[in-house]
Amino acid sequence: MLLLEDVSKAYREPDGTPLPILDVERFQIDAGEQVVLRGRSGCGKTTLLNCIAGLTTVDRGQITLRGTDVTGLPEVARDRFRARFIGYVFQTFNLLQGFSAIENVLLGMTFTGQRVDHDRAATLLADLGLGHRLTHKPAALSVGEQQRVAVARALANKPALLLADEPTANVDSAHQQQVIDVLREACSREEVAMLLVTHSPEVADQFDRVEHLEDVNRVVGAV
Amino acid sequence: MSFWKIAWRNMQQRALASSLTGLSMALGVALMILVIVVYGVVVDQLENDAQGYNLIVGGKGGSLQLVLNTVFHLDKPLYPIPYSYYKRFVDGDLAPYTEVAIPYCLGDSFVGGGQVFRVVATTPDLFERLPYGANEDGTEQNYEFADGRNFKTENFFEAVVGSRVARKCGLKVGDLFEPTHGLGSAGDKHRQFKIVGVLKRTGTANDRALFANMEGFYLLEGHALTPEPVEGQPTPPTIPPPDENGNPRPLPEAQREVTSILVRCKDSFGAQILDTQINKGKDRIAQAVAPRYQVQRLQDSFVKPVQMVLMVLTVLIVIVAGISILVSIYNSMAERAHDIAVMRALGASRNAVMSIVLVESILLSLLGGLAGVLIGHTVLALAAPVVEEHAGVAVSFWDFNWQEALLVPGLVAFASLVGFMPAMTAYRTDVGRALGGGR
Repeated sequence: MLLLEDVSKAYREPDGTPLPILDVERFQIDAGEQVVLRGRSGCGKTTLLNCIAGLTTVDRGQITLRGTDVTGLPEVARDRFRARFIGYVFQTFNLLQGFSAIENVLLGMTFTGQRVDHDRAATLLADLGLGHRLTHKPAALSVGEQQRVAVARALANKPALLLADEPTANVDSAHQQQVIDVLREACSREEVAMLLVTHSPEVADQFDRVEHLEDVNRVVGAV
Repeated sequence: MSFWKIAWRNMQQRALASSLTGLSMALGVALMILVIVVYGVVVDQLENDAQGYNLIVGGKGGSLQLVLNTVFHLDKPLYPIPYSYYKRFVDGDLAPYTEVAIPYCLGDSFVGGGQVFRVVATTPDLFERLPYGANEDGTEQNYEFADGRNFKTENFFEAVVGSRVARKCGLKVGDLFEPTHGLGSAGDKHRQFKIVGVLKRTGTANDRALFANMEGFYLLEGHALTPEPVEGQPTPPTIPPPDENGNPRPLPEAQREVTSILVRCKDSFGAQILDTQINKGKDRIAQAVAPRYQVQRLQDSFVKPVQMVLMVLTVLIVIVAGISILVSIYNSMAERAHDIAVMRALGASRNAVMSIVLVESILLSLLGGLAGVLIGHTVLALAAPVVEEHAGVAVSFWDFNWQEALLVPGLVAFASLVGFMPAMTAYRTDVGRALGGGR
């Protein structure tokens, strides 16, 4: 379902010197599979997610999702593809503060070019236990509730792949398990594959497949 | 969710800054509305006031001054012309071209309600044979009386009053009033005139005047010429003594003068003949002016330049308000870079986030503009009594000018322009950096 082949990415130092960050020979996720990606800080985890999402262009290689070569798409098509097939859950939730819970979810549907499905947004939130908080702004929601809104937003378009970038990093240990449960249950229910980045061994231990980026990234000592 | 709603939410999130920016736009537009509408009303008023006759004939002097004091009851009257000149229009050599000629004798005033109003001495024909304006379909609007009747030639000391004078001074049919000699409040009081009629509102300067019977006016102190002495006869009195019944006698024509004459010609050809004969004939003691031409001159030489200056100022104010929108949105771009990056991560294209910022700019301008239209017309309605009081121009909330229709597309175009810079910033947002992600 997701296949990275010979993907490399380098940033530029202020003096113009290239700084290699990723060099992945092959990385694959099957449909509906839930994978944890671990690695030390600065090893390129977020860059990898951004490359898969098409937010960052790769220097070389091919990223294929559902048979579409994401790296070969022009930017506008890549944006549309991301909107339709990739959900993104961020470390800091990244809910838009001026929008209510349901509007944040609807926002996730806005850029697909398809009809915004208000009922689906409400159902998603209700399934995540937020049926009574639809019109609340993020500031009026608890941390756990905000994270569930972020999950609902990522799943709004029934994507093929959900990317979760350290979604428990800012959550206390009491809420950590709750967030993981929500993500796993929602992805299972929606039949969405998930690539979850985490530093937490407790989180990683719950998944059948755990990848260490250092094992797949040929860049030695990426920072 | 539409871009409009997203932009609206962004504005709500920065409610105070958005409100202040919108308000500055609203005030600029309100000023522009006031200038446009007031100018339109003033022009209409100027044109309306000079209807019903082709020429104004008066003494030598400034042609604009002649129009100002005859039509608008402003400025000092010109030097008078002999009554015999007026008679030429009635039954003399100019009569064949004249449909009606109305003499005006100016120079007296009336103080009431804290204001000084002009007293116009004339004949009843003014209200019976001349219209004061025209309807949109071209039909003439004739004077009507809200109360009472027109004064009669044979009742020397009768008068009628304009609607505003009556309202302002509390004058009604049966009341007496004393004209003051001269145009200020300091002149000597004349004998009383009886009000026999109150005119309906005409929306012209005549609402601000009192109209006295010319026959009575001539008998007032200082209004009659000294009679020519006849050799061998005693000098007659300036004012003829009353008849045996105590009724006043009319002033001999030789002792009369008129300040100006409103002339309605039989046709346009007649107007040309009269204009030529009066202005270029042998006897050049008077001048004839076309009031419409003079009003046009007044507009071109005074009203339009003033309006242009005011318009330039208000356009500058709107531009400053527009720039404040630019500054407001541009300054917020740093704090909203994160939101833009989130939207980009959710699949929004660069063009989409750029459009959202542009829509916000347009929305701010439109809402500010519409609020400005509302404020402008509300101020107009609130100021209507004061404006009418001091300028004699009737304005209302519903006085719209076609130029206002250009404001909306103009504002949208302008907002697109000022929103372009912050929109480009949104376009160029670096998603990875704005999301603060690691590597």
